[in-house]
Amino acid sequence: MADRQYELIYILPPETTEQQATELHEQVAAIVSRLNGTIEKTENWGRRKLAYEIGAYKEGVYVLEVINGGGDLMKEIDRRFKVMDQVFRHMIVRVDEEKKVVERTRTKRQTESERRRVKRGLPPQRQPGEGRSQDGDDNDDDRYDGVEV
Amino acid sequence: MAFGQGRSGGRGRGDKKDKDGKQGQRRPMFRRRKVCKFCADKIDDINYKDAKLLGPFVPERGKILPRRISGTCAMHQRKLQTAIKRARQIALIPYVTD
Repeated sequence: MADRQYELIYILPPETTEQQATELHEQVAAIVSRLNGTIEKTENWGRRKLAYEIGAYKEGVYVLEVINGGGDLMKEIDRRFKVMDQVFRHMIVRVDEEKKVVERTRTKRQTESERRRVKRGLPPQRQPGEGRSQDGDDNDDDRYDGVEV
Repeated sequence: MAFGQGRSGGRGRGDKKDKDGKQGQRRPMFRRRKVCKFCADKIDDINYKDAKLLGPFVPERGKILPRRISGTCAMHQRKLQTAIKRARQIALIPYVTD
């Protein structure tokens, strides 16, 4: 159960002080530890302009928390955030499954390219100065670069 | 008088169209091949937090750029769609702008 991973992101009013933000973080941490979860990392993005106005706010302080824990834990956090009036927007996203898929495709591509390189009699890793240079002029020739119909 | 002018104008337009058509047959309009950006750049993770990555797929109006125009493959368009919708929820990307 606890092997799920969620991202909690919430927006505080722009006039929030650093101390208030840490207080709120501690509240979250308390709920998480009470329900046998762990906080993997916390990121404070600081003040950002909102893409649209939410209520009277045009700016907000974004905080991101990556939490390992079960669904009941996130449900509790969601409930608490809904009644909290200092947080005016929050979102919870489950990320572990997507992360796994991304990891799998990345390793698959890696091993596939290594296999092909070995088959061609090359060392498995790309050597420096091999192939076309990255700043070649036809690098992004046939790629989309604007609106065309 | 007015009627005559209108007719001549109409004929003029018709002529022009005809010429365009012939030109089109001789020399087809060049259209560059569209490639999915995410496949080409090998971007596996389309994340809603990365507003810079999503930006080019949300033109001025705030709508999601269709696949027919951007050339994104079906799988990546699907991931892009969820990422854009999530980013909208937390005000990283606008819902509408006018």
